[in-house]
Amino acid sequence: MTVEASWYLTLAAVLFTIGAIGLLIRRNVLVMFMCVELMLNAANLTFVTFARRLNDIAGQTAVFFVLVVAAAEVVVGLGIIVSIYRRRPGASADDIHGLKG
Amino acid sequence: MLRVVFLVPLLPLAGFVTLLLSGRRLGNPLAGWLATLTVAASFVVTVVVFTGLFQLPATGRSYTQTWFTWISAGHLHVDMGLLVDPLSMTMAAFVTGVGALIHLYSIGYMEHDEDFPKFFLYMNLFVAAMLLLVLADNFLLLFLGWEGVGVCSYFLIGFWFERNSAASAAKKAMIFNRIGDSAFLVALFLIYERTGSLEYHTVFARLGAVGEPSLVAIGLLLFAGAVGKSAQIPLYPWLADAMEGPTPVSALIHAATMVTAGVYLMCRINPILYRAPDAAHVIAIVGAATALVGATIACAQNDIKKILAYSTISQLGYMFLAAGIGAYDAAIFLMLTHAFYKALLFLGAGSVIHAMNDDQDVKTMGGLARLMPITAVTFLIGWLSIGGVPVFSGFWSKGDVLLNGYAFSPALWVVGALTGVLTAYYLGRAYLLVFRGQQRWVEARVTGGTAGHGPRDPSWVMSLPLVVLGALSALGGLINLPIHPDLDFLDRWLTPVFESRLLQHHWGIGGVWTFALIDGGLAVLGVCLAIALWGHTSERPAAEPVFLRRAWYIDWAYDRFIARPSTEVAVETSSVVEAKGIDGAVNGVAWLVRATGRQLRKVQTGYVRNYGLGLAAGLVLILAYVLTRTS
Repeated sequence: MTVEASWYLTLAAVLFTIGAIGLLIRRNVLVMFMCVELMLNAANLTFVTFARRLNDIAGQTAVFFVLVVAAAEVVVGLGIIVSIYRRRPGASADDIHGLKG
Repeated sequence: MLRVVFLVPLLPLAGFVTLLLSGRRLGNPLAGWLATLTVAASFVVTVVVFTGLFQLPATGRSYTQTWFTWISAGHLHVDMGLLVDPLSMTMAAFVTGVGALIHLYSIGYMEHDEDFPKFFLYMNLFVAAMLLLVLADNFLLLFLGWEGVGVCSYFLIGFWFERNSAASAAKKAMIFNRIGDSAFLVALFLIYERTGSLEYHTVFARLGAVGEPSLVAIGLLLFAGAVGKSAQIPLYPWLADAMEGPTPVSALIHAATMVTAGVYLMCRINPILYRAPDAAHVIAIVGAATALVGATIACAQNDIKKILAYSTISQLGYMFLAAGIGAYDAAIFLMLTHAFYKALLFLGAGSVIHAMNDDQDVKTMGGLARLMPITAVTFLIGWLSIGGVPVFSGFWSKGDVLLNGYAFSPALWVVGALTGVLTAYYLGRAYLLVFRGQQRWVEARVTGGTAGHGPRDPSWVMSLPLVVLGALSALGGLINLPIHPDLDFLDRWLTPVFESRLLQHHWGIGGVWTFALIDGGLAVLGVCLAIALWGHTSERPAAEPVFLRRAWYIDWAYDRFIARPSTEVAVETSSVVEAKGIDGAVNGVAWLVRATGRQLRKVQTGYVRNYGLGLAAGLVLILAYVLTRTS
């Protein structure tokens, strides 16, 4: 039996929403970072779903690009987070507001 | 021989450039000698060109040398070109000749000045600009020289600009000239609009197609320019204030350059005035009025240079009177002789001022004749010349003007004759107060308190120009003797240029002699009057009424009715319009931007979640838009 595409899309939407809400309401930088990853993968899931549904390889190619970019982003992002924690342990996202106008 | 004419203005200009680049290095007195040499060389070149022109037949005495195209825009085509004709060469000859003598004199006069090279730099530029003015073959180039002498007069009148009075006198000269120059500029527009050219020959050839009202307007506007430059009523007060400059500058302005430019212009445009007699009459009347007013003011001045300044205004009035009635050759003749004796008088006054340790008040001089014989004798010649005493040059030139004036209107003759008596009188007063009578100066003040010498004749550098100019003043009349048709050289020389003259009147030999006798008698009357009134006393208040000493209150009127109201308008403008209006608008814009920025700052909280929320909200909005549009 095959699973309907709409289920995958619903799952992707749910994952994206969880990620977005998490990004908005959580204060822990690491958790917020994970939420971003969640949203990226929700998008990936959508790509793959449509790739299969439309029988088009382009969607899967896009996923590869997203994965590569996400990996690079993880490297930079984690690096920043580690250096922040090294300077001020236990800082939440709201403590870092040096760009306040 | 005519081809070397380009050297005439270029030599003083080269002197100017050299002094500009290395004046300080040349120093004192080398810079002065260089400047004198360039002007003297220019004079020699002028004489060469003059001779060349003289050898041509009388009708063919006109040569144009075009250097290059100056302006070419649409139909407007202006060349950088020099015009050699009897009028321009006569002007160039006395500008360079008298100019060179004044330069020579300045070497002595300015020897103790710190800015010695700078002085000669301006003087050279002044002469170069004046030569460009008289040699130009079109109105625009003339205007270039016209502005050149204006700006040089500004520099030189304000040469001692540390003095407040000198600085404001320079500004005054500039502003009065500017008023005239704006009229001149409008006249240029009008000439170009009506004739399609600015070149003399072309303009004059096309005058037939121009209506008389336009010609009257052109004539009057050009005359307005000349009024500013040549210090006629009502734009004359700057010339009296211009005495703040060093004395050789006054001599240069009054005798050779600058003020004669207006008379030259009037003579140059004689074809226009011939077709616009109304404009010409205005010129004659203004000239006569200026001659009389200037002479009356000069009667009551105590500053020796002011006396000479008002005397120049008066003499220029004579020249305009002559130009206005169409006696151009008489105007040029008077200009020529006036250049000799006015330069002489100014340079003599400079020697006196030097000897008196920079005092200029004739009331505190006296008895200088036996101490300064050369200055006294030459000044005496200057007085007799300008007064029109027979045989001296002024007698012939002024007689020429009066003769023509009578032929035009006896009223003009009366004004001119009265002015003549006054002229002989006021300069007699100056001469007697300075050189004769009691010694009224204190030895210690004149020698500056140090163990110097008393007043004495200056060094040869300054005496030589006095002697040369004295000789010219005495004998200058020889160039144009009216007593016999074969002896009026200047008249015949200039005739080709002044073909279209208003006046066509020829007196018989008897008439000329009658007028000569009357003129001579009037001059002697003025001389006697001066001796009777001032020969034995230096105080005679009745002869110096206050309203004449205050120069008819003209300066006061300018101050009261023009200077002060405009100052008030300016103050009002700066405090209300400027502060509230213009500043208000500029500051308002700044305030608006700042207030907006202050409000917008609040958006930048620095919290990531807020930015995230913004992103999410934007996403939702875009999605909503896309979805609603497609469905």
